[in-house]
Amino acid sequence: MDFSDYTVGELHDELIGKGGRPRAAARALWKYLKSLDADELSERRSACEVAAMVAGITFRVYFEDTGVDRAMPFDLIPRVIALREWQQIEAGLKQRVRALNLFIDDLYNDQRVIKDGVFPAELLTGSANFREQCRGFSPPLGIWAHICGSDLVRDAEGTMYVLEDNLRIPSGVSYMLENRQVMKRVFPELFEDSGIQPVDDYASQLYDTLASLSPRPADYPSVVVLTPGMYNSAYFEHAYLAQQMGVQLVEGRDLVVDENDEVYMRTISGLEPVNVIYRRIDDDFLDPEAFRADSLLGVPGLMRAWRSGKVALANAPGAGVADDKVVYSWVPDIIRYYLGEEPLIKNVPTYRCEDPDQRAWVIERLDELVVKPANESGGYGMLIGPRSTKRERKEFAKLIEADPRNYIAQPTLALSTCPTIVPGGVGPRHIDLRPFVLSGQDTYVTNGGLTRVALKAGSLVVNSSQGGGSKDTWIVDTDR
Amino acid sequence: MLSRLAENLYWHGRYLERAEDLARLINVNAHLNLDLPSGLSAGWEPLVRITGNAARFKAEEREAGERQVVRFLLSDEANSGSLKATLENARENLRSARDLLPREVWEQMNGLYIKGNEQLTGNLSKRRRHEFLRELILDCQQIAGTLLGCMSQDHAYDFILIGRYLERADMTTRILEVRGYDLLPDDIENLSPYESIQWMSVLKSLTGYQMYRRHVRLRVNGSDVLRFLLRNDQFPRSVMFCLRALEALIEGLPGEDDQALRAITRLQRTLNETKLVGLRGEPLGKLMDKLQIELADTHEAVRQTWFPSL
Repeated sequence: MDFSDYTVGELHDELIGKGGRPRAAARALWKYLKSLDADELSERRSACEVAAMVAGITFRVYFEDTGVDRAMPFDLIPRVIALREWQQIEAGLKQRVRALNLFIDDLYNDQRVIKDGVFPAELLTGSANFREQCRGFSPPLGIWAHICGSDLVRDAEGTMYVLEDNLRIPSGVSYMLENRQVMKRVFPELFEDSGIQPVDDYASQLYDTLASLSPRPADYPSVVVLTPGMYNSAYFEHAYLAQQMGVQLVEGRDLVVDENDEVYMRTISGLEPVNVIYRRIDDDFLDPEAFRADSLLGVPGLMRAWRSGKVALANAPGAGVADDKVVYSWVPDIIRYYLGEEPLIKNVPTYRCEDPDQRAWVIERLDELVVKPANESGGYGMLIGPRSTKRERKEFAKLIEADPRNYIAQPTLALSTCPTIVPGGVGPRHIDLRPFVLSGQDTYVTNGGLTRVALKAGSLVVNSSQGGGSKDTWIVDTDR
Repeated sequence: MLSRLAENLYWHGRYLERAEDLARLINVNAHLNLDLPSGLSAGWEPLVRITGNAARFKAEEREAGERQVVRFLLSDEANSGSLKATLENARENLRSARDLLPREVWEQMNGLYIKGNEQLTGNLSKRRRHEFLRELILDCQQIAGTLLGCMSQDHAYDFILIGRYLERADMTTRILEVRGYDLLPDDIENLSPYESIQWMSVLKSLTGYQMYRRHVRLRVNGSDVLRFLLRNDQFPRSVMFCLRALEALIEGLPGEDDQALRAITRLQRTLNETKLVGLRGEPLGKLMDKLQIELADTHEAVRQTWFPSL
């Protein structure tokens, strides 16, 4: 592979330093890639495609003619982070999730954070994800977001920032696991004696986390994964995780809540008790008795069962109140307030449009900023200032004025890049990183996470729904 | 095992068997028409009735010619029981339960569905149609074989078989009903060579001709064919064989409720207590009706016991 034309420019590149030399953690990889000639490379690429096919065949064949979802394109050059740096990030993620869980628990109970004047009460009233149905309740261990996926980005200076937190039902971990499987098959020699940290124990960690939530800890807990069904775009992941954990994958209609608020699944041997539900259904559809009455996906009575402590739900309903993009801007204060610590990972500087001064400032600079609605995900409803037309900016200004609480703005970050296979060779492409944090009896952070890559040159949008791909992520121990 | 998955597998078993039986019916009917003199031709309308589609077919005021009937049975959008729709149903029901089965089964089912979707459009020429249907029967057998050879014989497998045998028993009674009932006009003298041909076609549609000859040495005649296809307990497409298999399968399933088992016992009694010699025409039709109703009761009993309305 020829890196001679690879230019890093003003950006931070994850593998290559400013002088065109590889970073320490990526040195072995870089040497190896350089040693591959065009034939070998294309051989590895097709091996990679075959391996991805075999690993993901269920996914592809499954959706092949329904157009419900596509496989996410996979790039074979991994993204590398040194273990020493990763340990800092890991500590920062644990700190952040711990504070967020304390914050959620407080919001649904005493609201000390509001009484103490740290977090404005108006924000709560305007929050789309605050669930009145959760008031006055605290789930086991006080934990609401058991599975958290926070998106991390790096700017031109090489500083890592949290871009957003996903506390509802973050997805993508199955790609992280499958990507590693594919890489190990295609480049076995790279993994020998390389110091690459393993990722494969995620499913066992997830199972242990879920099992630790069981209301009947003495028994062997009955854990299930609750899916909206096979037409959901993440169904592959639901089925995959259930299979890897060795638990049942259920739909809402498989579950029933009786008059004693006990949850059961319907089996050919009759009703069998359920203790823990890893639900992959949105709050709104979870329980037609408590939320949207027209939901056919949910389980009537599930909220009753949860509130009376008969069943654990992961993530807890209402946890999304803290991943709102406006709440995001308060997270550093939230960490200081609950933990008395300085945040270990920074937030991207964020302007809140509900503040009249900041709003005016934002609207003046729409061409430089990224504007995001508070509750959208997947890159929808965003304005990327430098790429926008005058008309789009005008429309966005109107949207912001009409509903200022719903918008935040951030400077356009010069996201870091990673060498990526592109037509005609290798080129820099922008990436981000989604690590997953599990919180139960213990806290666990994946070794790395899912690296998403914007495959179009210059594009900053990495979401798979918008043409992004993914890479394997290596946490490499260089001190051995 | 989740009731929903048991139900899906049960229906997968039914639909796949139905697809295979439909293919058999069409191919054998084509052969039969070639063998009969034009005045006695069986035509194609009986297939519409065997598949329980008479009303729907007539409602559209179609002519019951080969082209129309075959098109209706294979791919007509108006026919929710067309071969194309049946393959789709077989596949859809397998989807959510596929993790319980060997991966090859899903791949084979998917391949079969895709092949069907490609071929079952517009008008297949007769030759291609014959070849396609012959292959389809083999493809269905391949899936059955993969399951038999590679799948743990657990409850998931049991429910596929229950669906398969109920559907097969039902289809055998339907074929007998229509073939035995009105293919044999009483007023034509010296029917025997053609009567023989017709009963042979019945056997062939169930791949039963060779097996029949080994069990019954006499030339093919109505009473013996009836006895063979209803009461033989070694030929896998006879009704009694299916009932025996169902009985064993159902006995192995969990639960206190024995209504499904009772329904099977009732069916066996009905079969054993009816005199088959010389049975034809209306009495034969009535017996087949009765069996079909009791098979529907069995389905209902299975549903209520293991997958009550979700």
